[in-house]
Amino acid sequence: MAKFDNPDDIKIIVATDCGSTTTKAILIEFTNGEYRLTTRGEAPTTVEAPFEDVTMGVLNAVGELEELSGRKLLDENGRFISPANGNIGTDVYISTSSAGGGLQMMVAGVVRSMTAESAERAALGAGAIVMDVIASNDKRLPHQQIERIRQLRPDMILLSGGIDGGTTTHVVEIAELISAADPRPRLGSSYKLPVIYAGNKDATENVKTTLGDKVDLKVVDNLRPVLERENLGPAREEIHEQFMEHVMAQAPGYKKLMSWADAPIMPTPGAVGLIIQTIADQYGIEALGVDIGGATTDVFSVFRPGGKEGVFNRTVSANLGMSYSISNVFAEATLPKVMRWVPFKMDERDLRNRVKNKMIRPTTIPQSMEELIFEQAIAKEALRLAHIQHKNFATVLKGVQQQRTIADAFEQSSSGATIVNMMTLDMLIGSGGVLSHAPRRQQSALMMIDAFSPEGITRLAVDSIFMMPQLGVLTEVQPKAATEVFEKDCLIHLGTCIAPVGESKKGGPVMKYTIELPTGTVSGTLNSLEMKKFELGIQENGLPQTAKAIFEPEKNFDLGSGKGAKVTKEIHGGVVGIILDGRGRPFDLSTLSEDARVTHLKEWMTELNIYPEGKF
Amino acid sequence: MGHAYTPGLKVTDKMLVRKHRILPLKGDVIVKVGDSVNPDDVVARTHLPGNVVPLNVANKLGLPPEDLTEVMLKKEGDEIKEGEAIALKKGIFKFLNSTCPATIDGTLESISTVTGQVLQRGEPIPVEVKAYIRGKITEVIENEGVVVDTYASFVQGIFGIGGETSGELIIATPDNKTILSDDLIKDEMKGKIVVGGSLVTADALKKAIKVGVKGIVVGGFDDKDLRDFLGYDIGVAITGSEDIGVSLVVTEGFGTIDMAHKTFDLLSSNIGKQACINGATQIRAGVIRPEVVIPIVGEETINPADAEREILGLDIGSPIRVIRHPYFGKLGKVTGLPSPLHVLESESKARILEVAFDDGEKAIVPRANVEMIES
Repeated sequence: MAKFDNPDDIKIIVATDCGSTTTKAILIEFTNGEYRLTTRGEAPTTVEAPFEDVTMGVLNAVGELEELSGRKLLDENGRFISPANGNIGTDVYISTSSAGGGLQMMVAGVVRSMTAESAERAALGAGAIVMDVIASNDKRLPHQQIERIRQLRPDMILLSGGIDGGTTTHVVEIAELISAADPRPRLGSSYKLPVIYAGNKDATENVKTTLGDKVDLKVVDNLRPVLERENLGPAREEIHEQFMEHVMAQAPGYKKLMSWADAPIMPTPGAVGLIIQTIADQYGIEALGVDIGGATTDVFSVFRPGGKEGVFNRTVSANLGMSYSISNVFAEATLPKVMRWVPFKMDERDLRNRVKNKMIRPTTIPQSMEELIFEQAIAKEALRLAHIQHKNFATVLKGVQQQRTIADAFEQSSSGATIVNMMTLDMLIGSGGVLSHAPRRQQSALMMIDAFSPEGITRLAVDSIFMMPQLGVLTEVQPKAATEVFEKDCLIHLGTCIAPVGESKKGGPVMKYTIELPTGTVSGTLNSLEMKKFELGIQENGLPQTAKAIFEPEKNFDLGSGKGAKVTKEIHGGVVGIILDGRGRPFDLSTLSEDARVTHLKEWMTELNIYPEGKF
Repeated sequence: MGHAYTPGLKVTDKMLVRKHRILPLKGDVIVKVGDSVNPDDVVARTHLPGNVVPLNVANKLGLPPEDLTEVMLKKEGDEIKEGEAIALKKGIFKFLNSTCPATIDGTLESISTVTGQVLQRGEPIPVEVKAYIRGKITEVIENEGVVVDTYASFVQGIFGIGGETSGELIIATPDNKTILSDDLIKDEMKGKIVVGGSLVTADALKKAIKVGVKGIVVGGFDDKDLRDFLGYDIGVAITGSEDIGVSLVVTEGFGTIDMAHKTFDLLSSNIGKQACINGATQIRAGVIRPEVVIPIVGEETINPADAEREILGLDIGSPIRVIRHPYFGKLGKVTGLPSPLHVLESESKARILEVAFDDGEKAIVPRANVEMIES
């Protein structure tokens, strides 16, 4: 492949994401002074028998790009033509992969809520599925821990424990457990299991003695060198390195694919995290992304506690999803919680069977409006639960002593408090079939509002065709192209949700608003339990229109500047527009009577034009 | 992606069924190629390493870890017995000596002078793999296991619980529609595989366990009964390890759904024969479906036409079953396959097909919501 000293010389980009079922390819071209997505193609992934060569699926997907774009990308031997010249070839080719079950890891640390949690954060951030977290205090007996390590067969293990200079005993004990379990890698037995040690540096020699002969041990800097600070970078880099060297190299066809690619192949979720971090850092905003799939739901966030540097977190809710795991969502959320979003009655026995039938036949789609409303109600609960898990995980470091003044004593914040602050959150991005392909965009907006309860002023968007992974890896090669395409083609800007925080009293006013829309200024009063929507669309270049708005919350309501404080801000539109949410925060439907609940649900659905009239 | 429908579950009167029976760890294969085996015959066995039980000897004796080797009476690899002293710390007088006894029978795996910990490994745990189906050994994979082949009638289910079992096949309902209720479960069904119609009730299942029925094959099962029965809700469809005293194979889905005629007729034609069933289900990558295997005794060839019968895709006239509301469970034939995307009532755009149901009703259904039925 061609090498470019200056990223701006890259004009044509082909990127693929090899998923477990489909391989998606995109073509990005630099035309008229901007990078834009011009073509996309997809083909079934070919990792499993009878093909057993991932590159076949890649070539098929790229072949579709060629057909649709008219650009010749591959030569007669099926290799990329590079660099681009006129209507032939591409300057770079990059890829991500989650085929074959993605990257599956086990992590271990000494204290569950401290080093083990830091290790978990490092692994999740690198894009792994964390199969289990072993810690000295995880309440399992040593032989149970050994049994579990033996059963799991992860792709690799990340071992941490102890701060630098602290006691070495506990982390060596964990190393001894791993040694006794003699774990085997998931794919093939021809190589030793990679174990990354990122713990107390003083214990390194003992860990080497304990594990050196049995596993492929790699040592990196301690991921928690002192209690007050995490240093996850070296561990994450080593995870990616091992992912390429061992996991990818074992999967059929990947050696060839790696030789084609101009940047290391990244685990799909790791790449999604990267694009969200890039965007958040570029604009200095706080962003939260969610990807709801059939089996799992991933949540990514960048928050800036105390207005400082952005902190990235990723969580995977392994059994919250819309097909394989739908029954688990139902079990965890419970029937009443799902049904509170549905404005009509359904028979419980029948509903339970419907959910189970979707679980055993995961590829079916809702045909009737009733089925769609029910499925979107389940999605709200899956998202809500995944969000709770994320909030509980994305915390300030635990175990850190904090100096407190008298003023702090009145605040509830403590060591381990969440850094997820929905009031300061600037942008909420949804992805995954149920959000990206909802028949009406308003449905996606309402699902996210009901599930995440955004507070204050929050922009909403969905990923149009799930190209965040490809753009994530593109940030490593040409960040400008990645962010431009992300904003103009990847995101479908839905609009902005304005939700004052405060207890909603029946019927009373919540705030006054004045919005200078291009079609004329609108102003009025938003009342409690009321939702309103105004049109504010998209510009020709794909970016949202903006409007100046003034909000004057009532004295018990806060829009980010304090209770009763006026907010003047430029707000962004989208395909849905501006949504004013007067339901208060925290918003709890269960406080309403059954009749009031159904009446209000219908009012909101009508006002926001969620479903066709007469169908709910 | 043209094949936006679910391929039907396999229901066939004769096919070659091949089972790989593999040990979890290397061990001994105790049959050879050409041997005939029965479901309960052991084909391979091994020993799993015993459980590891750590014991912090340094702590127990109040010693720094680095002094541990000096007090150990046993070394790595030695056999140990529960209660037997493995370390001795001498005092000034004999009565001040203190010892640390082993807490299990087994061997001493390792001694750590860093942590002061001694790892004791328990006795090896024996593991056996059975043949599961009646058939012939066609391949021995050295130290790992065998391949068993048999010609059999074969029914793939959609969901099941419980593991591998076998017994004589018996039909308990007069047809494919009748619900298998507790009054249809009789004492003489002990040790047998019982076939029912459109549903098995929770009471029938309980009675079956009481009577000693080995397995049940039925059209539908109610989720509420499943939950009451197991005592928990199944979140993801990964089953097979439940120990409930009976294995269950559901052929159509959740709710009351008539067993497909073809399935019921095939099972009915095999009354009295030995059936091997497995309820294990895994609906994710590497799908595992529950199954009923009925080996055909004395038949060791297969008609090539049977072997090659492959479903090529949906066509006009293809028999299908709808697998989602509002037409869930209805059977019919494809009457049209328009290619443009169609806007459904849910406003989703999808590829659809036109279907004429067996009761004469006509409808439009997304292709993703039908399943082909093999003719």
